Amino acid sequence: MRKYFCIVAGALLAVALAGPAAAQEHYGTLKKIKEGGTVGIGHNEDSPPFSFIGKDGKPQGYTMDLCLKIVDGIKAELKMDKLEVRYVPLIATTRIPLLLNGTVDMVCGTTTNNLTRQRQVDFLATTFITGNRILTKKGSGIKDVEDLKGKRVTVNQGTSNEKIIKELDAKLKLGIRFLDTKDQPQGWLALETGRSDAHVTDEVVAFGLISKSKNPEQYEVVGRLFSYDPYSIVVRRDDSAFRLVGNKVLADLFRSGNINAIYDKWLSQINMPMTDMLKIVFQAQALPE
Amino acid sequence: MERYSWNWAILVTEPYVYWILSGIVWTILVALAGWVIALALGSVVGVARTLRQPVVRAIVGAYVETFRNVPLLVQIFLWYFVLPELLPAAAGQWLKRDLPHAEFWTAVVSLGTYTACRIGEQVRAGIEAIAKGQTHAGLATGLTLPQVYRHILVPVGFRMTVPALTSEFINIFKNSALALTIGVLELTSRTRQVAEYTYQAIELFTAATVVYALITLIVTFAMRVVERRARLPGMIQSARTGP
Repeated sequence: MRKYFCIVAGALLAVALAGPAAAQEHYGTLKKIKEGGTVGIGHNEDSPPFSFIGKDGKPQGYTMDLCLKIVDGIKAELKMDKLEVRYVPLIATTRIPLLLNGTVDMVCGTTTNNLTRQRQVDFLATTFITGNRILTKKGSGIKDVEDLKGKRVTVNQGTSNEKIIKELDAKLKLGIRFLDTKDQPQGWLALETGRSDAHVTDEVVAFGLISKSKNPEQYEVVGRLFSYDPYSIVVRRDDSAFRLVGNKVLADLFRSGNINAIYDKWLSQINMPMTDMLKIVFQAQALPE
Repeated sequence: MERYSWNWAILVTEPYVYWILSGIVWTILVALAGWVIALALGSVVGVARTLRQPVVRAIVGAYVETFRNVPLLVQIFLWYFVLPELLPAAAGQWLKRDLPHAEFWTAVVSLGTYTACRIGEQVRAGIEAIAKGQTHAGLATGLTLPQVYRHILVPVGFRMTVPALTSEFINIFKNSALALTIGVLELTSRTRQVAEYTYQAIELFTAATVVYALITLIVTFAMRVVERRARLPGMIQSARTGP
Protein backbone atom coordinates (compact mmCIF):
# COMPACT_ATOMS: atom_id res chain seq x y z
CA MET A 1 0.00 0.00 0.00
CA ARG A 2 2.76 2.26 1.03
CA LYS A 3 4.56 1.45 -2.19
CA TYR A 4 1.51 2.43 -4.28
CA PHE A 5 1.23 5.62 -2.29
CA CYS A 6 4.81 6.47 -3.16
CA ILE A 7 4.19 5.87 -6.83
CA VAL A 8 1.03 8.00 -6.87
CA ALA A 9 2.72 10.74 -4.84
CA GLY A 10 5.71 10.63 -7.19
CA ALA A 11 3.44 10.86 -10.20
CA LEU A 12 1.56 13.77 -8.69
CA LEU A 13 4.80 15.52 -7.92
CA ALA A 14 6.00 14.97 -11.45
CA VAL A 15 2.76 16.43 -12.83
CA ALA A 16 3.00 19.36 -10.42
CA LEU A 17 6.56 20.07 -11.54
CA ALA A 18 5.80 19.54 -15.21
CA GLY A 19 2.78 21.85 -15.04
CA PRO A 20 4.65 25.15 -14.69
CA ALA A 21 7.29 23.94 -17.11
CA ALA A 22 4.62 23.33 -19.75
CA ALA A 23 3.16 26.77 -19.10
CA GLN A 24 6.54 28.26 -19.96
CA GLU A 25 6.30 26.81 -23.42
CA HIS A 26 5.47 29.44 -25.99
CA TYR A 27 2.84 29.20 -28.65
CA GLY A 28 1.66 31.22 -31.63
CA THR A 29 3.58 34.35 -32.49
CA LEU A 30 6.02 34.15 -29.56
CA LYS A 31 6.94 30.59 -30.53
CA LYS A 32 7.37 31.63 -34.15
CA ILE A 33 9.60 34.57 -33.19
CA LYS A 34 11.67 32.44 -30.81
CA GLU A 35 12.25 29.74 -33.41
CA GLY A 36 12.83 32.07 -36.36
CA GLY A 37 14.90 34.69 -34.55
CA THR A 38 13.12 37.43 -36.49
CA VAL A 39 10.08 39.59 -35.99
CA GLY A 40 8.24 41.06 -38.96
CA ILE A 41 6.99 44.64 -38.74
CA GLY A 42 4.57 45.86 -41.38
CA HIS A 43 4.63 49.60 -42.00
CA ASN A 44 3.09 52.25 -44.23
CA GLU A 45 5.15 54.25 -46.65
CA ASP A 46 3.19 57.49 -46.67
CA SER A 47 1.52 58.12 -43.31
CA PRO A 48 3.66 60.66 -41.50
CA PRO A 49 4.24 61.08 -38.65
CA PHE A 50 3.00 57.60 -37.71
CA SER A 51 4.60 55.28 -40.18
CA PHE A 52 6.50 56.42 -43.23
CA ILE A 53 9.74 56.25 -45.14
CA GLY A 54 12.05 58.98 -43.90
CA LYS A 55 14.57 61.01 -45.87
CA ASP A 56 17.18 58.36 -45.02
CA GLY A 57 15.00 55.74 -46.71
CA LYS A 58 14.20 53.95 -43.46
CA PRO A 59 10.72 53.27 -42.10
CA GLN A 60 10.03 55.36 -39.03
CA GLY A 61 7.39 57.25 -37.09
CA TYR A 62 5.35 57.33 -33.91
CA THR A 63 3.78 53.90 -34.30
CA MET A 64 7.09 52.47 -35.46
CA ASP A 65 8.81 53.68 -32.27
CA LEU A 66 6.09 52.02 -30.20
CA CYS A 67 6.54 48.79 -32.15
CA LEU A 68 10.29 48.87 -31.56
CA LYS A 69 9.60 49.20 -27.82
CA ILE A 70 7.42 46.11 -28.13
CA VAL A 71 10.27 44.34 -29.95
CA ASP A 72 12.44 45.06 -26.89
CA GLY A 73 9.65 43.63 -24.72
CA ILE A 74 9.54 40.47 -26.84
CA LYS A 75 13.32 40.12 -26.56
CA ALA A 76 13.11 40.32 -22.76
CA GLU A 77 10.15 37.95 -22.60
CA LEU A 78 11.87 35.33 -24.74
CA LYS A 79 15.29 35.99 -23.16
CA MET A 80 16.88 36.46 -26.56
CA ASP A 81 20.14 38.39 -27.02
CA LYS A 82 19.50 39.12 -30.62
CA LEU A 83 16.23 39.60 -32.43
CA GLU A 84 16.29 40.63 -36.03
CA VAL A 85 13.59 43.06 -37.19
CA ARG A 86 12.33 42.59 -40.72
CA TYR A 87 10.51 45.61 -42.19
CA VAL A 88 7.78 44.94 -44.75
CA PRO A 89 6.00 47.82 -46.50
CA LEU A 90 2.27 47.25 -46.62
CA ILE A 91 -0.60 48.71 -48.55
CA ALA A 92 -4.24 48.48 -47.56
CA THR A 93 -4.89 45.31 -49.55
CA THR A 94 -1.82 43.39 -48.42
CA ARG A 95 -2.08 44.34 -44.78
CA ILE A 96 -4.33 41.56 -43.56
CA PRO A 97 -3.17 38.66 -45.76
CA LEU A 98 0.50 39.30 -44.89
CA LEU A 99 -0.31 39.50 -41.18
CA LEU A 100 -2.34 36.31 -41.25
CA ASN A 101 0.15 34.30 -43.29
CA GLY A 102 2.94 35.28 -40.90
CA THR A 103 5.02 37.54 -43.16
CA VAL A 104 4.57 40.26 -40.56
CA ASP A 105 3.77 39.89 -36.86
CA MET A 106 2.60 43.44 -36.17
CA VAL A 107 1.07 46.10 -38.38
CA CYS A 108 2.42 49.47 -37.28
CA GLY A 109 0.61 52.22 -39.11
CA THR A 110 -2.62 54.14 -38.84
CA THR A 111 -5.19 51.39 -38.53
CA THR A 112 -8.53 52.21 -36.93
CA ASN A 113 -9.63 49.61 -34.42
CA ASN A 114 -13.23 48.59 -35.04
CA LEU A 115 -15.42 45.63 -34.22
CA THR A 116 -15.90 44.45 -37.81
CA ARG A 117 -12.14 44.18 -38.21
CA GLN A 118 -11.89 42.34 -34.90
CA ARG A 119 -13.65 39.41 -36.55
CA GLN A 120 -10.42 38.94 -38.48
CA VAL A 121 -7.58 40.45 -36.41
CA ASP A 122 -6.78 41.67 -32.94
CA PHE A 123 -5.66 45.10 -31.77
CA LEU A 124 -3.34 46.23 -29.00
CA ALA A 125 -4.05 49.20 -26.72
CA THR A 126 -5.15 52.45 -28.34
CA THR A 127 -2.12 54.55 -29.30
CA PHE A 128 -3.83 57.55 -30.85
CA ILE A 129 -7.29 58.97 -31.30
CA THR A 130 -8.50 60.92 -34.25
CA GLY A 131 -11.63 61.34 -36.30
CA ASN A 132 -12.88 62.61 -39.60
CA ARG A 133 -12.59 66.29 -40.39
CA ILE A 134 -12.66 68.40 -43.48
CA LEU A 135 -9.52 69.66 -45.17
CA THR A 136 -10.16 72.61 -47.45
CA LYS A 137 -8.64 75.75 -48.93
CA LYS A 138 -9.02 78.92 -46.90
CA GLY A 139 -11.82 81.05 -48.24
CA SER A 140 -13.74 78.09 -49.66
CA GLY A 141 -16.71 79.01 -47.47
CA ILE A 142 -16.79 75.49 -46.05
CA LYS A 143 -17.08 75.57 -42.27
CA ASP A 144 -18.64 72.23 -41.44
CA VAL A 145 -20.20 69.09 -42.93
CA GLU A 146 -23.45 70.88 -43.82
CA ASP A 147 -21.54 73.27 -46.10
CA LEU A 148 -20.48 70.37 -48.31
CA LYS A 149 -23.93 70.43 -49.95
CA GLY A 150 -23.49 69.90 -53.67
CA LYS A 151 -19.71 70.26 -53.41
CA ARG A 152 -17.05 68.12 -54.98
CA VAL A 153 -15.38 66.12 -52.19
CA THR A 154 -12.50 63.67 -52.34
CA VAL A 155 -12.23 60.75 -49.96
CA ASN A 156 -9.96 57.71 -50.17
CA GLN A 157 -11.37 54.42 -51.43
CA GLY A 158 -12.07 51.80 -48.78
CA THR A 159 -11.25 53.94 -45.76
CA SER A 160 -13.41 54.35 -42.70
CA ASN A 161 -13.51 58.03 -43.73
CA GLU A 162 -15.34 57.06 -46.89
CA LYS A 163 -17.83 54.92 -45.05
CA ILE A 164 -18.70 57.65 -42.55
CA ILE A 165 -18.93 60.64 -44.88
CA LYS A 166 -21.09 58.69 -47.32
CA GLU A 167 -23.45 57.69 -44.52
CA LEU A 168 -23.61 61.33 -43.36
CA ASP A 169 -24.22 62.48 -46.91
CA ALA A 170 -27.19 60.12 -47.21
CA LYS A 171 -28.54 61.03 -43.78
CA LEU A 172 -28.29 64.80 -44.20
CA LYS A 173 -29.26 64.62 -47.93
CA LEU A 174 -26.30 66.80 -48.91
CA GLY A 175 -25.91 65.54 -52.46
CA ILE A 176 -22.12 65.62 -52.23
CA ARG A 177 -20.37 64.80 -55.52
CA PHE A 178 -17.71 62.33 -54.44
CA LEU A 179 -14.42 61.61 -56.07
CA ASP A 180 -12.99 58.42 -54.61
CA THR A 181 -9.25 58.90 -54.66
CA LYS A 182 -6.80 56.05 -54.33
CA ASP A 183 -4.52 57.36 -51.59
CA GLN A 184 -3.54 60.50 -49.67
CA PRO A 185 -1.16 61.99 -52.26
CA GLN A 186 -3.88 61.80 -54.89
CA GLY A 187 -6.56 63.17 -52.61
CA TRP A 188 -4.23 66.05 -51.89
CA LEU A 189 -3.40 66.59 -55.55
CA ALA A 190 -7.10 66.78 -56.41
CA LEU A 191 -7.65 69.42 -53.73
CA GLU A 192 -4.53 71.36 -54.65
CA THR A 193 -5.35 71.50 -58.37
CA GLY A 194 -8.91 72.60 -57.65
CA ARG A 195 -10.51 69.37 -58.81
CA SER A 196 -12.28 69.10 -55.48
CA ASP A 197 -13.49 71.58 -52.87
CA ALA A 198 -12.62 69.50 -49.84
CA HIS A 199 -10.85 66.32 -48.80
CA VAL A 200 -12.30 64.23 -45.98
CA THR A 201 -9.75 62.33 -43.93
CA ASP A 202 -8.56 61.75 -40.38
CA GLU A 203 -7.86 65.05 -38.63
CA VAL A 204 -4.27 64.12 -37.90
CA VAL A 205 -3.64 63.07 -41.49
CA ALA A 206 -5.08 66.40 -42.66
CA PHE A 207 -2.63 68.29 -40.45
CA GLY A 208 0.19 66.09 -41.77
CA LEU A 209 -0.75 66.83 -45.38
CA ILE A 210 -0.87 70.58 -44.72
CA SER A 211 2.51 70.60 -42.97
CA LYS A 212 4.08 68.89 -45.98
CA SER A 213 2.54 71.21 -48.58
CA LYS A 214 4.22 74.03 -50.44
CA ASN A 215 1.81 76.69 -49.10
CA PRO A 216 0.60 75.51 -45.69
CA GLU A 217 -1.00 78.90 -45.00
CA GLN A 218 -3.53 78.37 -47.79
CA TYR A 219 -5.22 75.38 -46.20
CA GLU A 220 -7.24 74.73 -43.09
CA VAL A 221 -8.96 71.91 -41.24
CA VAL A 222 -12.56 72.81 -40.45
CA GLY A 223 -15.70 71.53 -38.76
CA ARG A 224 -16.40 69.12 -35.96
CA LEU A 225 -14.95 65.67 -35.53
CA PHE A 226 -17.59 63.43 -37.08
CA SER A 227 -16.20 60.03 -36.23
CA TYR A 228 -14.23 58.28 -33.53
CA ASP A 229 -11.12 56.56 -34.88
CA PRO A 230 -8.85 54.95 -32.31
CA TYR A 231 -5.55 53.85 -33.89
CA SER A 232 -3.99 50.60 -32.72
CA ILE A 233 -1.20 48.23 -33.61
CA VAL A 234 -2.68 45.15 -35.34
CA VAL A 235 -1.78 41.60 -34.38
CA ARG A 236 -3.14 38.14 -35.15
CA ARG A 237 -6.29 36.92 -33.43
CA ASP A 238 -6.47 34.29 -30.71
CA ASP A 239 -2.94 34.92 -29.48
CA SER A 240 -3.37 36.45 -26.05
CA ALA A 241 0.18 35.60 -24.92
CA PHE A 242 1.67 37.76 -27.67
CA ARG A 243 -0.95 40.45 -27.22
CA LEU A 244 -0.10 40.54 -23.51
CA VAL A 245 3.58 41.21 -24.26
CA GLY A 246 2.60 44.11 -26.50
CA ASN A 247 0.01 45.56 -24.15
CA LYS A 248 2.39 45.28 -21.20
CA VAL A 249 4.98 47.38 -23.02
CA LEU A 250 2.34 49.96 -23.92
CA ALA A 251 0.88 50.03 -20.37
CA ASP A 252 4.40 50.61 -19.01
CA LEU A 253 4.84 53.55 -21.40
CA PHE A 254 1.48 55.02 -20.42
CA ARG A 255 2.08 54.51 -16.67
CA SER A 256 5.62 55.89 -16.63
CA GLY A 257 4.75 58.83 -18.84
CA ASN A 258 7.49 57.82 -21.28
CA ILE A 259 4.82 57.92 -23.96
CA ASN A 260 4.91 61.74 -23.82
CA ALA A 261 8.44 62.02 -25.16
CA ILE A 262 7.72 59.63 -28.01
CA TYR A 263 4.48 61.47 -28.77
CA ASP A 264 6.17 64.88 -28.82
CA LYS A 265 9.07 63.65 -30.92
CA TRP A 266 6.74 62.81 -33.82
CA LEU A 267 3.47 64.67 -33.38
CA SER A 268 5.13 68.05 -32.80
CA GLN A 269 6.23 67.79 -36.44
CA ILE A 270 2.66 68.51 -37.45
CA ASN A 271 1.79 70.80 -34.50
CA MET A 272 -0.62 68.35 -32.96
CA PRO A 273 -0.59 68.61 -29.14
CA MET A 274 -1.98 65.71 -27.11
CA THR A 275 -5.73 66.13 -26.65
CA ASP A 276 -7.39 65.80 -23.24
CA MET A 277 -9.27 62.80 -24.52
CA LEU A 278 -6.07 61.01 -25.50
CA LYS A 279 -4.50 61.82 -22.12
CA ILE A 280 -7.45 60.19 -20.37
CA VAL A 281 -7.33 57.16 -22.65
CA PHE A 282 -3.62 56.71 -21.97
CA GLN A 283 -4.27 56.95 -18.21
CA ALA A 284 -7.10 54.44 -18.45
CA GLN A 285 -4.85 52.02 -20.29
CA ALA A 286 -1.97 52.37 -17.80
CA LEU A 287 -2.86 49.08 -16.12
CA PRO A 288 -0.90 48.26 -12.93
CA GLU A 289 1.74 45.52 -13.01
CA MET B 1 -3.52 31.04 -42.85
CA GLU B 2 -4.92 28.84 -40.11
CA ARG B 3 -6.17 31.93 -38.32
CA TYR B 4 -8.14 33.33 -41.22
CA SER B 5 -11.83 33.36 -40.47
CA TRP B 6 -13.59 32.57 -43.71
CA ASN B 7 -16.86 34.20 -44.59
CA TRP B 8 -17.97 33.57 -48.15
CA ALA B 9 -21.40 34.98 -47.32
CA ILE B 10 -19.80 38.43 -47.44
CA LEU B 11 -20.08 38.25 -51.24
CA VAL B 12 -23.87 38.24 -51.12
CA THR B 13 -24.27 40.56 -48.14
CA GLU B 14 -25.95 43.93 -48.62
CA PRO B 15 -24.71 46.51 -49.45
CA TYR B 16 -21.47 44.87 -50.59
CA VAL B 17 -23.10 42.76 -53.28
CA TYR B 18 -24.46 45.93 -54.95
CA TRP B 19 -21.09 47.63 -54.77
CA ILE B 20 -19.45 44.70 -56.51
CA LEU B 21 -22.18 44.52 -59.14
CA SER B 22 -21.83 48.25 -59.84
CA GLY B 23 -18.07 47.69 -60.06
CA ILE B 24 -18.63 45.04 -62.73
CA VAL B 25 -20.86 47.43 -64.71
CA TRP B 26 -18.22 50.20 -64.60
CA THR B 27 -15.46 47.81 -65.64
CA ILE B 28 -17.51 46.79 -68.67
CA LEU B 29 -18.44 50.39 -69.51
CA VAL B 30 -14.85 51.66 -69.28
CA ALA B 31 -13.50 48.78 -71.34
CA LEU B 32 -16.18 48.93 -74.06
CA ALA B 33 -16.05 52.72 -74.42
CA GLY B 34 -12.25 52.54 -74.53
CA TRP B 35 -12.50 49.82 -77.15
CA VAL B 36 -14.63 52.00 -79.45
CA ILE B 37 -11.91 54.68 -79.43
CA ALA B 38 -9.15 52.09 -79.73
CA LEU B 39 -10.69 50.38 -82.74
CA ALA B 40 -11.54 53.59 -84.59
CA LEU B 41 -8.28 55.38 -83.89
CA GLY B 42 -6.24 52.19 -84.25
CA SER B 43 -7.60 51.54 -87.74
CA VAL B 44 -6.71 55.05 -88.89
CA VAL B 45 -3.24 54.78 -87.35
CA GLY B 46 -2.68 51.35 -88.87
CA VAL B 47 -3.57 52.53 -92.36
CA ALA B 48 -1.58 55.76 -91.97
CA ARG B 49 1.50 53.75 -91.01
CA THR B 50 1.42 52.07 -94.44
CA LEU B 51 1.07 55.29 -96.44
CA ARG B 52 3.96 56.76 -98.41
CA GLN B 53 3.65 60.41 -97.26
CA PRO B 54 6.64 61.00 -94.95
CA VAL B 55 4.83 63.64 -92.85
CA VAL B 56 1.90 61.37 -92.10
CA ARG B 57 4.22 58.47 -91.34
CA ALA B 58 6.28 60.61 -88.99
CA ILE B 59 3.24 61.86 -87.10
CA VAL B 60 1.62 58.47 -86.58
CA GLY B 61 5.04 56.91 -85.95
CA ALA B 62 5.66 59.39 -83.15
CA TYR B 63 2.20 58.70 -81.76
CA VAL B 64 2.71 54.93 -81.72
CA GLU B 65 6.17 55.12 -80.18
CA THR B 66 5.04 57.54 -77.46
CA PHE B 67 1.91 55.74 -76.41
CA ARG B 68 3.43 52.30 -76.69
CA ASN B 69 6.53 53.13 -74.65
CA VAL B 70 5.04 55.05 -71.73
CA PRO B 71 3.45 52.92 -68.98
CA LEU B 72 -0.33 53.10 -69.09
CA LEU B 73 -0.49 54.12 -65.44
CA VAL B 74 1.69 57.14 -66.17
CA GLN B 75 -0.45 58.02 -69.17
CA ILE B 76 -3.59 57.96 -67.05
CA PHE B 77 -1.94 60.32 -64.55
CA LEU B 78 -0.83 62.67 -67.31
CA TRP B 79 -4.30 62.82 -68.82
CA TYR B 80 -5.96 63.33 -65.47
CA PHE B 81 -3.65 65.57 -63.49
CA VAL B 82 -1.34 67.25 -65.97
CA LEU B 83 -3.46 67.94 -69.07
CA PRO B 84 -5.95 70.29 -67.30
CA GLU B 85 -3.03 72.38 -66.03
CA LEU B 86 -1.55 72.75 -69.52
CA LEU B 87 -4.80 73.84 -71.18
CA PRO B 88 -6.12 77.41 -71.06
CA ALA B 89 -7.60 78.09 -67.63
CA ALA B 90 -11.24 77.91 -68.73
CA ALA B 91 -10.80 74.60 -70.54
CA GLY B 92 -8.80 73.14 -67.65
CA GLN B 93 -11.47 74.26 -65.22
CA TRP B 94 -14.15 72.63 -67.35
CA LEU B 95 -12.23 69.34 -67.40
CA LYS B 96 -11.69 69.44 -63.65
CA ARG B 97 -15.04 70.68 -62.44
CA ASP B 98 -17.84 70.69 -64.97
CA LEU B 99 -17.35 67.60 -67.09
CA PRO B 100 -19.64 64.98 -65.56
CA HIS B 101 -17.84 61.75 -64.68
CA ALA B 102 -14.48 63.30 -65.56
CA GLU B 103 -12.59 60.33 -64.12
CA PHE B 104 -14.60 57.92 -66.28
CA TRP B 105 -13.95 59.83 -69.51
CA THR B 106 -10.29 60.28 -68.66
CA ALA B 107 -9.95 56.54 -68.12
CA VAL B 108 -11.76 55.84 -71.41
CA VAL B 109 -9.54 58.20 -73.38
CA SER B 110 -6.34 56.87 -71.76
CA LEU B 111 -7.27 53.25 -72.35
CA GLY B 112 -8.53 54.03 -75.87
CA THR B 113 -5.46 55.92 -77.05
CA TYR B 114 -3.08 53.41 -75.47
CA THR B 115 -4.83 50.40 -76.99
CA ALA B 116 -5.19 52.24 -80.31
CA CYS B 117 -1.44 52.38 -80.85
CA ARG B 118 -1.21 48.64 -80.31
CA ILE B 119 -4.14 47.95 -82.63
CA GLY B 120 -2.57 50.32 -85.16
CA GLU B 121 0.55 48.17 -85.25
CA GLN B 122 -1.51 45.04 -85.80
CA VAL B 123 -3.58 46.59 -88.57
CA ARG B 124 -0.36 47.76 -90.21
CA ALA B 125 1.07 44.26 -89.98
CA GLY B 126 -2.16 42.88 -91.44
CA ILE B 127 -2.02 45.25 -94.41
CA GLU B 128 1.70 44.69 -94.96
CA ALA B 129 1.16 40.96 -94.94
CA ILE B 130 -0.93 41.22 -98.10
CA ALA B 131 1.17 40.52 -101.13
CA LYS B 132 2.32 43.68 -102.94
CA GLY B 133 0.88 42.15 -106.11
CA GLN B 134 -2.63 42.85 -104.89
CA THR B 135 -1.97 46.58 -104.68
CA HIS B 136 -0.39 46.54 -108.09
CA ALA B 137 -3.24 44.50 -109.54
CA GLY B 138 -5.77 46.90 -108.04
CA LEU B 139 -3.98 49.92 -109.47
CA ALA B 140 -3.62 48.17 -112.85
CA THR B 141 -7.36 47.59 -113.05
CA GLY B 142 -7.86 51.35 -112.79
CA LEU B 143 -8.61 51.72 -109.05
CA THR B 144 -7.18 54.79 -107.34
CA LEU B 145 -4.97 54.22 -104.26
CA PRO B 146 -7.79 55.18 -101.83
CA GLN B 147 -10.01 52.68 -103.63
CA VAL B 148 -7.33 50.00 -103.34
CA TYR B 149 -7.26 50.63 -99.59
CA ARG B 150 -11.02 50.69 -99.27
CA HIS B 151 -11.83 47.63 -101.34
CA ILE B 152 -8.75 45.44 -100.99
CA LEU B 153 -6.16 46.28 -98.32
CA VAL B 154 -8.31 47.33 -95.39
CA PRO B 155 -10.98 44.60 -95.62
CA VAL B 156 -8.40 41.87 -96.10
CA GLY B 157 -5.87 43.29 -93.64
CA PHE B 158 -8.48 43.65 -90.94
CA ARG B 159 -9.69 40.10 -91.31
CA MET B 160 -6.14 38.87 -90.86
CA THR B 161 -5.74 40.80 -87.62
CA VAL B 162 -8.81 39.43 -85.88
CA PRO B 163 -6.90 36.92 -83.70
CA ALA B 164 -4.53 39.66 -82.52
CA LEU B 165 -7.48 41.95 -81.82
CA THR B 166 -8.91 39.29 -79.51
CA SER B 167 -5.88 39.68 -77.26
CA GLU B 168 -6.19 43.44 -77.26
CA PHE B 169 -9.89 43.23 -76.45
CA ILE B 170 -9.08 41.02 -73.46
CA ASN B 171 -6.24 43.34 -72.42
CA ILE B 172 -8.47 46.39 -72.36
CA PHE B 173 -10.73 44.69 -69.80
CA LYS B 174 -7.77 43.83 -67.62
CA ASN B 175 -6.10 47.23 -68.05
CA SER B 176 -9.34 48.94 -67.08
CA ALA B 177 -8.48 48.10 -63.46
CA LEU B 178 -5.95 50.95 -63.58
CA ALA B 179 -8.89 53.35 -63.76
CA LEU B 180 -9.19 52.95 -60.00
CA THR B 181 -6.10 55.13 -59.58
CA ILE B 182 -8.08 58.18 -60.67
CA GLY B 183 -11.22 57.26 -58.81
CA VAL B 184 -13.36 55.16 -61.13
CA LEU B 185 -15.10 52.70 -58.83
CA GLU B 186 -14.72 49.70 -61.11
CA LEU B 187 -14.47 46.05 -60.10
CA THR B 188 -10.97 46.08 -58.60
CA SER B 189 -11.51 49.25 -56.60
CA ARG B 190 -14.86 48.00 -55.34
CA THR B 191 -13.18 44.74 -54.33
CA ARG B 192 -10.47 46.59 -52.44
CA GLN B 193 -13.08 48.82 -50.85
CA VAL B 194 -15.16 45.95 -49.51
CA ALA B 195 -11.98 44.12 -48.45
CA GLU B 196 -10.97 47.15 -46.41
CA TYR B 197 -14.38 47.46 -44.80
CA THR B 198 -14.71 43.79 -43.93
CA TYR B 199 -11.12 42.50 -43.90
CA GLN B 200 -12.30 39.49 -45.91
CA ALA B 201 -9.74 40.13 -48.65
CA ILE B 202 -9.27 36.54 -49.80
CA GLU B 203 -12.94 35.87 -50.54
CA LEU B 204 -13.29 39.19 -52.35
CA PHE B 205 -10.23 38.87 -54.55
CA THR B 206 -11.18 35.30 -55.39
CA ALA B 207 -14.56 36.57 -56.53
CA ALA B 208 -12.97 39.36 -58.56
CA THR B 209 -10.63 36.84 -60.22
CA VAL B 210 -13.56 34.67 -61.21
CA VAL B 211 -15.48 37.65 -62.61
CA TYR B 212 -12.50 38.84 -64.68
CA ALA B 213 -11.97 35.31 -65.97
CA LEU B 214 -15.65 35.05 -66.92
CA ILE B 215 -15.62 38.39 -68.73
CA THR B 216 -12.50 37.53 -70.71
CA LEU B 217 -13.82 34.04 -71.52
CA ILE B 218 -16.98 35.60 -72.92
CA VAL B 219 -14.86 38.01 -74.97
CA THR B 220 -12.73 35.14 -76.27
CA PHE B 221 -15.83 33.19 -77.21
CA ALA B 222 -17.43 36.15 -78.97
CA MET B 223 -14.25 36.93 -80.88
CA ARG B 224 -14.01 33.29 -81.97
CA VAL B 225 -17.37 33.70 -83.63
CA VAL B 226 -16.14 36.87 -85.34
CA GLU B 227 -12.98 35.06 -86.39
CA ARG B 228 -14.97 32.26 -87.94
CA ARG B 229 -17.26 34.65 -89.81
CA ALA B 230 -14.38 36.82 -91.03
CA ARG B 231 -12.23 33.93 -92.15
CA LEU B 232 -10.68 34.26 -95.60
CA PRO B 233 -10.49 31.06 -97.59
CA GLY B 234 -6.96 30.33 -98.72
CA MET B 235 -5.27 32.61 -96.17
CA ILE B 236 -2.85 31.52 -93.46
CA GLN B 237 -5.37 32.17 -90.77
CA SER B 238 -8.04 29.94 -92.27
CA ALA B 239 -5.48 27.21 -92.80
CA ARG B 240 -4.74 27.29 -89.09
CA THR B 241 -8.28 27.40 -87.77
CA GLY B 242 -10.04 25.86 -90.77
CA PRO B 243 -12.01 22.63 -90.74
